[in-house]
Amino acid sequence: MPHIVCCVKQVPDPEAPASQFKVDEAARKVLPIPGIQPVPSQFDTIGVEAALRIKDKIADTTITILTLGPDSFRDAIKHCLAMGADEGVHINDPALNDADHWAAAEILAAAIKSLQPVDLVICGRQAVDWDMGIVGSTIAEIMDMPVVTIAKELQMDGGKVTVERVLLDGFETVESPTPCVVTVSNELGEPRYPQLRQIMQAAKKEVKTLTGADLGIAEARNRVNLEALFVPESKVETEFIEADSGKEAGEKLALRLREEKLI
Amino acid sequence: MASGVLVFGEATEDGALAPVTGELLGAAKSLGGPVTCALLGAGVEGLAQQCGPLGADKVIVVDDPLLKDYQGDAYVPIGERIARETDASVVLFGQTMVGRDMAPRLAQRLNTAVAMDCVELTMNGDRLTAGRPCYGGSARARYTFNATPQMATVRAKVFDPQPDASKQAEVVKQDAGVSADAIRAKVTGRRKEAAEGIRLEDAPVVVSGGRGLGGPEGFKEIEEMASVLGGAVGASRAVCDLGWYPVAAQVGLTGKVVTPDVYIAVGISGASQHMAGISQVKNIVAINKDPEANIFKSSRFAVVGDWKEVVAGFTEKARELKTG
Repeated sequence: MPHIVCCVKQVPDPEAPASQFKVDEAARKVLPIPGIQPVPSQFDTIGVEAALRIKDKIADTTITILTLGPDSFRDAIKHCLAMGADEGVHINDPALNDADHWAAAEILAAAIKSLQPVDLVICGRQAVDWDMGIVGSTIAEIMDMPVVTIAKELQMDGGKVTVERVLLDGFETVESPTPCVVTVSNELGEPRYPQLRQIMQAAKKEVKTLTGADLGIAEARNRVNLEALFVPESKVETEFIEADSGKEAGEKLALRLREEKLI
Repeated sequence: MASGVLVFGEATEDGALAPVTGELLGAAKSLGGPVTCALLGAGVEGLAQQCGPLGADKVIVVDDPLLKDYQGDAYVPIGERIARETDASVVLFGQTMVGRDMAPRLAQRLNTAVAMDCVELTMNGDRLTAGRPCYGGSARARYTFNATPQMATVRAKVFDPQPDASKQAEVVKQDAGVSADAIRAKVTGRRKEAAEGIRLEDAPVVVSGGRGLGGPEGFKEIEEMASVLGGAVGASRAVCDLGWYPVAAQVGLTGKVVTPDVYIAVGISGASQHMAGISQVKNIVAINKDPEANIFKSSRFAVVGDWKEVVAGFTEKARELKTG
């Protein structure tokens, strides 16, 4: 009966129009866009997909969705339960909301310990908000587990995982004993989308809430300070090439690039 | 008292010193204090001499057949030992396949933090400020550290090497001190997805295709255009995910960072994740049918129109210019 824990984070929708992206520089926070709901971080739902593919083969697999964040993060758990995960655990504690990546990894690792036995922890390769890409590896180090990062394929069989990792100019196969941590990349494929019936079923699945006190963690022990957050200026002046037809515009573009000695 | 900078250099698969090593040493030099370069691998000893002229005062070489492929369980403990011995105030990695995997693990073992994929590093006394893109490049964050060493991985081609041919480094060889039994997650196989022709990272011109091409067959024309220009072909994440083009050609935050003289984006809207791969390119050219496409904001030259027609006209004219 394999037990897989998938760590999932809720993020501002990265598909929102770039023109609406705004930062409150004083508060060092990204402003929510009115009318656009936050979503589970895409690499994390790909992680849930990877877990579900294992469950498709090994039917008695239990998948627990683990998240750390405020009330709204419950939606991310519900989404993953509707995808087919079994249980949800929500670490929801105002004292831990401003955890940095290391503090978050420490809190998540403590929660994973409380959920043992755990055979496999799956995280996204990075969250699509901060793009840091350190939480999965840090959980592995804290728990003294092997870790395989940036997976495009993940199979679990008899006390080991076989992982296809993405390299810059190819792939490599890595084998690791379980329990271990695997972080997944978009090359794994699209996460399945919940059907209405599954969404209704997910409403009945249990979501357990934990606080810092349950985990013996009173506050987020941050290792970095966010000193500034801003939208970098782009200083490019765009020259639009216009012509009567597309073909002509293409010819004019080639001539302009030649004039500028760029081709 | 910790001081100076420790850089984890890298070799390429062909056994040369990876360009990122020079960039890291250039960045380290600008931060001040003695610079140590660690080189881990198999057959890397011969590369140590090249690190002096690039800015290293000392090179620590760990050359062992066990280190041929990067395997974290072997590399991380060696990195930890070197970091503790060196007691540097700052530790730098490239944002490479090695850096992405190794730096976070090493940071945890040293009870410190690492800022990933940095594009700015400044020193204030002994305090490092590390600036890095986030939200797929839409925002920039600056961090300081509550722990030492202050660690960062550095985006490719942001920092310039500062060669000084007269400089030499002291070279120290160390044993790996790691046995094969310690490697839990083992590399059991590797396969290359070889792109033909010029490497994307080295190409003076890159022509990339996106979802706007409408299908994988559109890449025929992109390949032809690149070939006429003597360039390489790139692709957006969307089309790699759709299977229209090999993953090895993916440009962006989760793919490659490229710095050609000219980057021509065809049918690419310019999602911030893609822009992160071309943030250092001075001449972006965009061809897109949507006049509101985000990519136009960063483009020096832009054509709004049907890509097939524009590319046909462009390739024909470019061929004429190249041969004429």
